[in-house]
Amino acid sequence: MARADYETRPLDCWPKVKELRLNYYREIATARQEGKLVVTGGADAPTALLAGLGDYVHLSGEPYGATVGSDPQLSQQCLEETEARGFAMDMCSYMRNYWGSMYLNRYFFGGEFPRPDFCFQMHICDTHGKWWQVVSEHFGVPYFAVDFPVMARGEREDIRREYLVAQFHGAVEWLERVSGREYNDELLIEAVKNECWSSALWTEIMALNKAVPAPLDQKSIFSLFVPLVLFREKKESVDFHRVLLDEVKDRVAGGIAALATERCRLLDDVQPPWYFLKLYRYLEQYGAVVVASWYSVFLFGNPGEQPDGTWGRALHPEERGMPLRTRDDALRALAQWLLEMPVYDLHYLPQSKNEITLRLAREWHTDGAIMHLNRGCEIACMGTMETRLALLKEGIPVMTYESDMADKRQFDEAKVYDQLDSFMENLGMTKL
Amino acid sequence: AVERFHQVVESRHDYARDWKARTGGKVLGYFCTYVPEEILYAAGILPVRILGSHEPQDVSERHIYTMYCPFSRDCLAQGLKGRYDYLDGVVTAHSCIHIRQAFGSWLLHLPVSYSHYISMPAKPRDPAAVPYLKAELALFRRSLEDWTGRAIPESDIDRAIEVYDDNRRLMRQIYELRRAESPPLSGAEAMEMVLSSMLSDKEEHNGWLAQALREFPRGEGGRSGIRLMLIGSEDDDTELIRLIESMGGLVVIDDHCTGSRYFWNRVLRGKDPLSSIADRYLHKPACPAKDYQERTRWPHIMGLVGEYGVQGVVFIQQKFCDPHEFDIPPLMDLLRRSGVPSLHLEVDVTVPAGQFKTRIEAFLEMLEPGLD
Ligand code: SF4
Ligand code: SF4
Repeated sequence: MARADYETRPLDCWPKVKELRLNYYREIATARQEGKLVVTGGADAPTALLAGLGDYVHLSGEPYGATVGSDPQLSQQCLEETEARGFAMDMCSYMRNYWGSMYLNRYFFGGEFPRPDFCFQMHICDTHGKWWQVVSEHFGVPYFAVDFPVMARGEREDIRREYLVAQFHGAVEWLERVSGREYNDELLIEAVKNECWSSALWTEIMALNKAVPAPLDQKSIFSLFVPLVLFREKKESVDFHRVLLDEVKDRVAGGIAALATERCRLLDDVQPPWYFLKLYRYLEQYGAVVVASWYSVFLFGNPGEQPDGTWGRALHPEERGMPLRTRDDALRALAQWLLEMPVYDLHYLPQSKNEITLRLAREWHTDGAIMHLNRGCEIACMGTMETRLALLKEGIPVMTYESDMADKRQFDEAKVYDQLDSFMENLGMTKL
Repeated sequence: AVERFHQVVESRHDYARDWKARTGGKVLGYFCTYVPEEILYAAGILPVRILGSHEPQDVSERHIYTMYCPFSRDCLAQGLKGRYDYLDGVVTAHSCIHIRQAFGSWLLHLPVSYSHYISMPAKPRDPAAVPYLKAELALFRRSLEDWTGRAIPESDIDRAIEVYDDNRRLMRQIYELRRAESPPLSGAEAMEMVLSSMLSDKEEHNGWLAQALREFPRGEGGRSGIRLMLIGSEDDDTELIRLIESMGGLVVIDDHCTGSRYFWNRVLRGKDPLSSIADRYLHKPACPAKDYQERTRWPHIMGLVGEYGVQGVVFIQQKFCDPHEFDIPPLMDLLRRSGVPSLHLEVDVTVPAGQFKTRIEAFLEMLEPGLD
């Protein structure tokens, strides 16, 4: 038995996050009977805008695709169903799982695939806009997508903000029209506040993971991430993040580690192979813990520069004294928040990805990086090879491995274990 | 003139170097046909499209993940091999992630004195797209002015629009000739005409186009074969087209960014020049990456199929090209329902076209039973 260097214990809010996730998916199944609007679109869709319509649910495509992908048997049927319609195997695998489930009319959580009233999306990668074009045609329902102008933070911010705000206004008018509901600006304003709080609090929690030992490990982070990804514009999400923040602060203060034998801290980058999360448990045998990735910290996070020059969390629009009284105020605040999020830099050019990744590696005190060449998401791999070179140049050891986040069919498990072993050996680590 | 088009394509680097020496001007490489070349031309710059070479290469793998389209990797490889060492700068407009990474890697490893990214809207028909693109174009113009140290007056932009629109009008006129029963030029020649336009000074190219129009035979004496349309990703593989045409096919029309999409629509005047240019690029026949929520490609393509008497469609798709992978299955379906058979070829720019011979042969046979 390896010597434990630190105290560890399970997270108190673990059962809560599981419950929130299940409730979210169950609510979607029964929403129509309950008179709620059923909407579907991507995880990036500006769902705060839906709030002004009153009761609604939003089936978020990527997490749903990941959920299907984590069940290799169902996933295989879904993927084959999509391929039978002529779509290529190298397209986004979340989407291929989601489409397959839709074509088979089988909802992962039981019953039929939820028929949407309309689709609502934000377009960032080449897939986003097209994914729901196909869904809206399948169901014969209306579709709206906002085009996000991807660029580096701070670049051409004024004109990009105006572009987003104009589209948001267009979206609200469209939502009113297709839903036949009257739009409530108060609900929109609340939702925007919630979304920014969820995002800010999450970033603060992630920054706490700079502590040695790390209070959280990547596998747990993926579960804790759920409210932020699925319903960050709702009050339940903000409440959850406040509780989680307190708990993680306590863990840091008490030196409670995610991994009692933490000896080596690693950075990873994108979505994991969801059917192979045991990768993280395997690393633990070496006393290695993945403490951060741009994906977990920044997919919906917004860091603020701290006085000491490090990343913490951005100030909430309310803390900045931004007006939040009208529809336009709310849409502007949301646009501004989104423009500050590093995730779009990461999707922009390798230059931005290098800069952000190097900073994560340094600030989170990592000893090496594992990069996932994820065939399932093209934008996740934009610049990965350049970032690998940039990390190596800074003396940070890197391992890359190939897989697909939600398509297990070509996954070579033995090969990845071999790669992990030799990488850990190179880092001078032995199994405990 | 047709021979001239071929020469320019073949010796594109010599042409650009020679142009530089002749004029003392700057040459700028661009990665995507959504770049509004008029503004560059108005600044006295020669824009040339960065293309691949179709040769196997192993220099881009360290920089771009291999599941990115071979075209984007081939473009970067050309830069890394020093073939574009005469470029003074590079520019791109947002189209797809693959080509954006090629642009980014280029900037990391091939220092240039000027680069610019145009945030071209991905949803061109949104009312917010016009003012946004106009603002983007104003920034582009200013950045060029800063770089070259000289103002770009509106009259120069107007004049560039004229030259570019002449080019578009002439190429469209030549394309129209292909509607005839025996068109005066082959698909490979037509593609070289468009490619050479992307690689040369438009004013000079306009002269060659006018000459070509005079030289083309009218009526009888043109080409014959099974009338085909090409649809797909970036494709400058004239070897593949020659192969198809050597086997009894005749390409009469296309929907490629190296073909009709490059020149199909002109700048509609009436607004200030930058707004008019923005309108033109937002309304050009769409790349699939920019064709959502509504589909504008379907009616456009079906219109061409009818007008050009298309008997069959060949899809030429770059491996891993996501934008086209979305549109090909539903489009093949639409064509089938309209009685137009199609063949789907997935190409890797660096793989010889010969591998498709059998499939092309079978497809052509199906279109015209009894063809030898
Ligand atoms: S390709 Fe990647 S970024 Fe795009 S929808 Fe799929 S998972 Fe999301
Ligand atoms: S061929 Fe497709 S993936 Fe490649 S650059 Fe063109 S649109 Fe992008």
